Amino acid sequence: MPDATLRIFRGEGPAGGQAVDYQVPIAPGMVVLDALHYIQGHQAPDLAVRWNCKAAKCGSCSAEVNGRPRLTCKTRVDSLPMDEPIVVMPMKSFPRIKDLVTDVSWNYAVNKKIPAFRPKQNTDWKISQLDVDRVQEFRKCIECFLCQNVCHVLREHDAKPKFAGPRFFVRVAGLEMHPLDSANRAPLLKNEMGLGLCNITKCCTEVCPEDIHITDNAIIPLKERVVDQFYDPITMLFRKVFGN
Amino acid sequence: MTTSYETREHDVLIIGAGGAGLRAAIEALAQGASVAVVCKSLLGKAHTVMAEGGIAAAMCNVDAADGWKPHFRDTMRGGKYLNNWRMAQLHAQEAPERVTELEQWGALFDRTESGAILQRAFGGHTYKRLCHVGDRTGLEMIRTLQDRGVQLGFDVYMECTVTRLLTDAGRVVGAFAYWRENGRLIVFKAKSVVIATGGIGKAWPVTSNSWEYTGDGMTLAYEAGAELMDMEFVQFHPTGMVWPPGVQGLLVTEAVRGEGGILRNKLGERFMEKYDPKRMELSTRDVVARSIYTEVKEGRGTEHGGAYLDISHKPAEYVKKKLPSMYHQFKELADVDITKGPMEVGPTCHYVMGGIRVEAETAQSTIPGLFAAGEAAAGLHGSNRLGGNSLSDLLVFGRRAGLAAAQHAKSVSNSGVSEAQIAEAEKELLAPFSNPSTESPYAVHRDLQAVMQSLVGIFRTEDDLNKAFSELEQLKARAAKASVEGSRLFNPGWHLSRDLKSMLVCSEAVALSALARKESRGAHSRIDYPNYDAVWEKKHNIIVNENGQMKRRESPVEEMPPDLKEFVMAE
Repeated sequence: MPDATLRIFRGEGPAGGQAVDYQVPIAPGMVVLDALHYIQGHQAPDLAVRWNCKAAKCGSCSAEVNGRPRLTCKTRVDSLPMDEPIVVMPMKSFPRIKDLVTDVSWNYAVNKKIPAFRPKQNTDWKISQLDVDRVQEFRKCIECFLCQNVCHVLREHDAKPKFAGPRFFVRVAGLEMHPLDSANRAPLLKNEMGLGLCNITKCCTEVCPEDIHITDNAIIPLKERVVDQFYDPITMLFRKVFGN
Repeated sequence: MTTSYETREHDVLIIGAGGAGLRAAIEALAQGASVAVVCKSLLGKAHTVMAEGGIAAAMCNVDAADGWKPHFRDTMRGGKYLNNWRMAQLHAQEAPERVTELEQWGALFDRTESGAILQRAFGGHTYKRLCHVGDRTGLEMIRTLQDRGVQLGFDVYMECTVTRLLTDAGRVVGAFAYWRENGRLIVFKAKSVVIATGGIGKAWPVTSNSWEYTGDGMTLAYEAGAELMDMEFVQFHPTGMVWPPGVQGLLVTEAVRGEGGILRNKLGERFMEKYDPKRMELSTRDVVARSIYTEVKEGRGTEHGGAYLDISHKPAEYVKKKLPSMYHQFKELADVDITKGPMEVGPTCHYVMGGIRVEAETAQSTIPGLFAAGEAAAGLHGSNRLGGNSLSDLLVFGRRAGLAAAQHAKSVSNSGVSEAQIAEAEKELLAPFSNPSTESPYAVHRDLQAVMQSLVGIFRTEDDLNKAFSELEQLKARAAKASVEGSRLFNPGWHLSRDLKSMLVCSEAVALSALARKESRGAHSRIDYPNYDAVWEKKHNIIVNENGQMKRRESPVEEMPPDLKEFVMAE
């Protein structure tokens, strides 16, 4: 089998760095993460890469391969053009730490703001599979943060303090649509998570490795909830007359 | 001379953020303790995330005849009676409550027609017992526990590796660690420490385990003076992927067989008829793994040296619904559509039944203030673990460890940490930067894996194990000299040089115990001693650190009370 050229971003800290080329012998079925491991094992032992399960279940190995946000453990080398270098860059929307590793700690801070599951009182915990199916879609999320990385509100406009990003709309959708949940997260969505800033371009949905219909099934229904609670004309009129 | 380090103080320090660590943290928080969780990865990425099939708990939602006693019996039989019977009892009794709790914290399991938690069949379990979420049960569990812990307010130290436990007068008082991101040092002062670091699978090349599984926790405990037990029992899961090479060892969930998957050799024979005609594909993992291995060895293996596992006789929609990640895994990584044709599978190093010796009720190790739970602890599974009993183990004994650790913390006062121990730990940690050799930790790791695969694998012999010892001696010497390039900023070569040490300690413990046990039992198969031995049925191997030397001891297996023994042994 021929060699592939991997052009990998190398650099320490948020600024600076450059692409470095490595030659890697190709094996059948090889994925980009295999190639990165080969480079670590034979050429650059200090090449920084995050990974864990190598089975597309943990969402650690996110990067941009030939300009597209992907899990490197799931990206087959033979699916990429071999007559040019395979370019591997770190996720752009997060501060760089080293090489392909970025600082994703902001996501964990956002997560802390979301009120937990609050079960209804006196439930018998009987739930139909149909109701479970809808929510399980959101619970498939492996927190790879590729949706956060590609979302232009974060990527181009860096609206981080006021916009929580698709990952956390998915998380809230999973809670809000849990058949036994009783909390109301609409004020949080509107005021602190900046749901209104999303203009449903569906970039997040396109890159989701778990095929979660982020925009259609999570974000749009949540927007409807916010509209129902805050912008329904009859309710607004009612509030105006009688106060909150 | 110690360079600067930051110091953090907590009542309970938990090392590891998988199911056991997170469940321990939740319980310790509930007891009012201040809790730190330290993990090598980001929160939510621990190996538990890869658990697929389900949580074994006798909820009796599908089979009303089930109950804690049948679950207990299956566990003891599966472990070939080497289990700590009291742990097996507590586990079977408490698992249903732990599952219910998860549901109350927001986990959403698959349902029965009547809306209860659905349970599926699994190898070695008499009844349909595994509560599940398709084939991604572990993800559901870890996310639920993670969110619960965040809500209760634990402090998480992510991408932080503990390299040494700090002791004072035979008691654990803290830990020395470094941040993987920037290489800075951190010292934890704690009244109790819980080890929940999982297993040792990365010492083998064909494994379902992630890079984190390097036996750190067992090594930390061993070096601090705690006893390890039953280390010879390493589970090879029967069904890992065998092709293509990059995914060799990747887990193919037992749920495929639980949902009706059939194993065949290249001649099309359903070979489990020969090895276990009663339970067939749903025999215990040790039996199925050896059966596949034997078929391959005797020339009836598939093109890439495995067996065929076929679920394509089930409706395609059913397969996609019940085994979604298997469907995608094979489609994307191996170009195989499992709804249309068979998978190729073979044994993969998956789990270690042995680990830190603990007390059943409290999960305390042989050192006061040091606790262990989950895969890092020994006892529950005996010589072979049943599928599904791991996730329930994490919940039951994670909770017990957290509870006992918090109570212990209330009973002791803080004591100082030793500057000399810290200085020594720092010196050892930073040595690879100044070692003059050109030895690469990656090369040593590859060679270690080759030794363990060929000499300490599924089938063992005295000759092989002796050979393994001399190889391990050389590898230890090479590992001690290994040097690394670059800075302390997120440096995987350096991280590996540290993890290597743990893998070598655990590998030696496995080999030493395997050499001593002159019989075949559960996951330990000796070609030169193929049968059960009545004397060894009553003994555990214990591994201890005596002045830096690894020593083996023996300890009697505790007898079951007569009423339970009668129940377990009855046909």
